[in-house]
Parts: sequence; C-alpha cells; structure tokens
Amino acid sequence: MFEYYLSLLVKAVFVENMALAFFLGMCTFLAVSKKIEAALGLGIAVVVVLVITVPVNNLIYNNLLREGALVWTGMEGAESIDLSFLGYLSYIGVIAAMVQILEMFLDKFVPALYNALGVFLPLITVNCAILGASLFMAERDYNFAESVVYGAGAGIGWALAIVALAGIREKLKYSDVPKGLEGLGITFVTVGLMSLGFMSFSGVQL
Amino acid sequence: MADTPKGILTSPIFANNPIALQILGICSALAVTSNLGTAVVMGVAVSLVTAFSSMFISMIRAHIPNSIRIIVQMTIIASLVIVVDQLLKAYAYETSKQLSVFVGLIITNCIVMGRAEAYAMKNGPAMSFIDGIGNGLGYTVVLLFVGFIRELFGSGSLFGIQLLEKVNDGGWYLPNGMMLLPPSAFFIIAGFIWLIRTYQPAQNEEAEFKICPNTQAKEAV
Repeated sequence: MFEYYLSLLVKAVFVENMALAFFLGMCTFLAVSKKIEAALGLGIAVVVVLVITVPVNNLIYNNLLREGALVWTGMEGAESIDLSFLGYLSYIGVIAAMVQILEMFLDKFVPALYNALGVFLPLITVNCAILGASLFMAERDYNFAESVVYGAGAGIGWALAIVALAGIREKLKYSDVPKGLEGLGITFVTVGLMSLGFMSFSGVQL
Repeated sequence: MADTPKGILTSPIFANNPIALQILGICSALAVTSNLGTAVVMGVAVSLVTAFSSMFISMIRAHIPNSIRIIVQMTIIASLVIVVDQLLKAYAYETSKQLSVFVGLIITNCIVMGRAEAYAMKNGPAMSFIDGIGNGLGYTVVLLFVGFIRELFGSGSLFGIQLLEKVNDGGWYLPNGMMLLPPSAFFIIAGFIWLIRTYQPAQNEEAEFKICPNTQAKEAV
C-alpha cells in the first residue's frame, strides 16, 4: 500500500511534472522565474494550495457532482443525477475561496509566511497548474487519499521546476544572447531543453 | 491606430501579440498543437470565450463592486467555458477527448482574464467584443504556426491528410519524431518570437548586462 502511494508521488513529481510535461502554470512559470527567492516563495505557495484544494475538490466531485453521487441525500431518482458539467465552476470557486481563506489565515496566525508569500497568493487563483490538478484528479477518478498524495506531488514537481529554471536564468543573465532572442525567447529555449530532459523520466516504470 | 475598431482587431495579431509579447496564455499553446485540427478548435474556442466574456463583463462593468470583480469575472468565464465544453462534447466528441482538460483550462487562460481586466473593465461592450476577437486571433495565429510546423514535420501531414510520404509507408520522408514531443513547441515559439522581434525591433528586451568586447591586446591562450 505504502509503495503504491510512493510511486504515485514520484510519478506526479517527475514523470508527469505539471510544468515540464503538461505545461501548466506557464504564465507565472515564465514571469516569476527571474530570481530564485521569488521562485521558491511561489513554489511553496503552490504546494500549499494544491495540497488543500485537490482533496477538497475531490470531496466535492465524489459527493456532489459525479453521476449518482447524490444518492446519500435519499432524493428520488438521485442515481441518475449527473452534475459533472458544473465541475469547472465549482473547482474554480473552491480554488478562489481557498486562496482567500488561506491568505486571511496566514495574515492572522503566521504573519512571517504571509509577508514572504504576500504577492504570490492572489496570483495562484489564475495559475492553471492548480485547476489542472483538480481536473486531472476528476478525470482519473482518484479517491481521497490518492488525491492528497497527487496534490502534494504535483505541487512539489512544479516548485522544483520553477526553482531550477530560476537558477538557470540567474546564470543566463551574464551570457551573450542574439538580439531578438533576449529575455523571453531564450527562456523558451531553456524551458524546452529542460522539458526535453524531463522526458527521460517518461521511460521510468512505476 | 489602436483606437479604431480595425486597429483594435488587428494590432494584437502581430504588433501586440498576446503570446509573444504579453506572455499570456502559453499553457494551452504548447499542449494542444501537435496537430493542426486541435489547434484550430482550441483557437476558435479561446477567441469566442475571450470575445463574449469581454462583452458581458463590459456590459455590467458599472455594477461590479471593485473588491469582488475577480470572482464575478471568473464566474462569467467559467460559465462560458462550460457552454463551449458541452458544445464540443455534443458535436466534436473526438476532438474534445484529445483536448481533455485543456478545454477546462481556458478558464485560467490568462488571455481571457487579462483582457477582461485590462480592457473590458474600461471600455464599451462593442469595442470589448472586438478586442476579445482580436486577441483570440493573435492567439490562434501562434497556435496555427506551431501546429503547422509540428504536424507537417512530425507526421508529414496537415489536418490529417498525408502530404509527405513517410518511409514506413514506402515513401521518402523520415518523420522528425521530436516535433511530436511537447518540448518542440517551446523551440518553435522561441523561433516565432525571434521572427516577430526581427521585424519589430522595438519589442527587443534590453540585456541586463552589456558584454564588453575583449580588450586584451593578445588573444587568450
């Protein structure tokens, strides 16, 4: 049992890396990767939000939205109610609410962390890695425990990728890049090469 | 130029491209471009969602309290995406399976949010609609460019029609397997940015450090 969850975690971190295998959260990935400290702060925020939202969305999907999920209410004809088309709306609502609650909670009880993450927390609502993880969770029918592990793995993988990219970009500042490629262009090439490197994990059988 | 309807429609396509200059909406640009068919569907879907969400948000912009505007925008965008998703499932089921979660991810596509926030909150519904279409087109152009190259060189076909005879089928063309892998999209977009910036040097970014010429009298040994 433990091995199964471990392999799910490793798979989510490396083989199915959110940023480098599925290209989710690219906007923030490219915009906030100029400094390692900033990248690390954002990475941690993403891990925290993913670990909370994916399981919460899992509960919502399994107990309210999926076909026949409403049987527990004892309503007549509940087996045939399929609300899964409301998924997008409820996931994004949960994410926005969670981020807001987390922000208030941190502000009140852990001000140090709040100041460190401050700017990045609101950005996370529109980070597609967060919504993507919830959608993958629904598509793959994870149960509650699996969704916790998957959320953690997806977050760690994304954080790892953005910190690595920030490290490369800090060095890249000193290099002589062709005129039109400077800035955004060379970053794309770098991410492409990193993603090519991560492709090698796809052969790993777990 | 940017104030006429025509200017608003055309300027995002090359001069102010959402992907190449504004770094918006890159996620889906990479993941759905391995063949041209899905790229077209995705481009159309994003253009429609951007246009209509901009229009609706612009219509009620005077009534949205500033503190909850993000939630209101999200709700409108998410509802539109649900409509698009259901339409795709009904009329183009195969494509919707290929796009999988990326239809849903239009919600968090920064182009939609970005235009709502930057343009629709300040301008009238008609202009916002045109602005949405224009930015959607700018996105579609990049998608088509990437999809064209990836499908042509990766599998020797366009829209699924075989153009280059593959070696496996007794032809002459040896497909470039890397084009089908996701990383190739990064390289192609980098090339696209390079192309645009060669013709529009104003978009070049300044280097943070100038590399000095070698001032030593002799070549280093």
